[in-house]
Amino acid sequence: MSKIDVKMTVNGKAVETKTEPRTLLIHLLREDLNLTGPHIGCDTSHCGACTVDLNGKSVKSCTVFAAQAEGAEITTIEGIAKPDGTLHALQEAFRQHHGLQCGFCTPGMITRAYRLLQENPNPTEEEIRYGISGNLCRCTGYQNIVKSIQAAAEELSVKEAAE
Amino acid sequence: MIPGSFDYHRPTSVDEAVGLLAGHAGNALILAGGHSLIPMMKLRMAMPEHLIDIQDIASLSSIEVSGPQIEIGANVTQAELIASEDLEQHCPILRETSLQIADPQIRNVGTLGGNVANGDPGNDMPAIMQLLDATYVLSGPDGSREVKARDFYEAAYFTTRDEAEMLTSIRFTAPPAGHGSSYMKQKRKIGDYATAAAGVVLTMSGDTCASASIGLTNVADTPLWAEDASNALIGTTLDDAAVSAAVDAAKAITDPAADGRGPAEYRTHVAGIMVQRAIQAAHQRAN
Repeated sequence: MSKIDVKMTVNGKAVETKTEPRTLLIHLLREDLNLTGPHIGCDTSHCGACTVDLNGKSVKSCTVFAAQAEGAEITTIEGIAKPDGTLHALQEAFRQHHGLQCGFCTPGMITRAYRLLQENPNPTEEEIRYGISGNLCRCTGYQNIVKSIQAAAEELSVKEAAE
Repeated sequence: MIPGSFDYHRPTSVDEAVGLLAGHAGNALILAGGHSLIPMMKLRMAMPEHLIDIQDIASLSSIEVSGPQIEIGANVTQAELIASEDLEQHCPILRETSLQIADPQIRNVGTLGGNVANGDPGNDMPAIMQLLDATYVLSGPDGSREVKARDFYEAAYFTTRDEAEMLTSIRFTAPPAGHGSSYMKQKRKIGDYATAAAGVVLTMSGDTCASASIGLTNVADTPLWAEDASNALIGTTLDDAAVSAAVDAAKAITDPAADGRGPAEYRTHVAGIMVQRAIQAAHQRAN
């Protein structure tokens, strides 16, 4: 099957590659671009471990063809920290509040929360739980994930007030 | 899991998309959000030789509200339906239903057109479109035609859409101002299909129910418009006897499969509960 050209911006960098039409975005990211932060969990769009930001929206990259993302701007967990390596407030909060145990769901969880806090900078606990309802965690029982996102929301709003 | 190989097309007009569909008759499928189709392709239950991605056809992404007349493009996402203040004002059952479909990520890509067109009895919007008496606009090689949502579904995954046709929009007249509506869905978890779900739209004239329309999701191999159940409410005060008659009439037309969501009897029972709760909620919201 002939390959097609795909161009997109991933974590601020222009990417141009050739791929089969059937290549899923998660495979392009992980195998061609070596961005192994987004994980393949269920591979059926339930678990959210493959969540990335596509044109400002959270999507499950296991259920999007790379061809559909032609021309898109994509952010993965690798693009969330600052270029100098300083952790994003969410990443720091997950560390401080024990928001992960095995860590498998964490890239998807943080990438989803990153967009959630832009859509709703001061979410209630219920809004956080509903906002991350497309991301499954089998270790934590979610309690510390919710706490981490709450803490990050506070941190970000303090920062914004200071600016 | 890796889908089978296909050729990818990204047309910019409906005519171009229909030309591709007709030119590859039987071997081409429309790709909208892909969240029903791509999982089926991974399982090799769908193996199209051509996929026609409609994201660049701008006319399929518009929501037109002019007075009570509403037309929604087939490629409008659930997230866009939820965000539309116009729709919320004229027909709030759409937002209420969308918010019960899948999860935030999936609502960002899943479309209204995909939800109604693929004929999956688990999808929520078909019953809503039936209770609203919506019309589907299909485009094919011979032009466009309209099909009532109530006439569209033949069996699970079988509809009256020809394989050379594509759904372009959904039209309906919004219920009158002051109507009450509700969509009640029992599901085991976020992202699951309904064990049973019911939608109700009704209007009151003083204490008397002036009009009512009830739709049922995932309790038969097609969505159901519960005509007898709807009629059982009209002209009543929505007293217990009337609600009970509507619940019985709705349950009588269900024919659910036994599956992981429960035995058939249970799912019919849940359908009755959902109808009862949706009537109550719609009644409270009507004025």
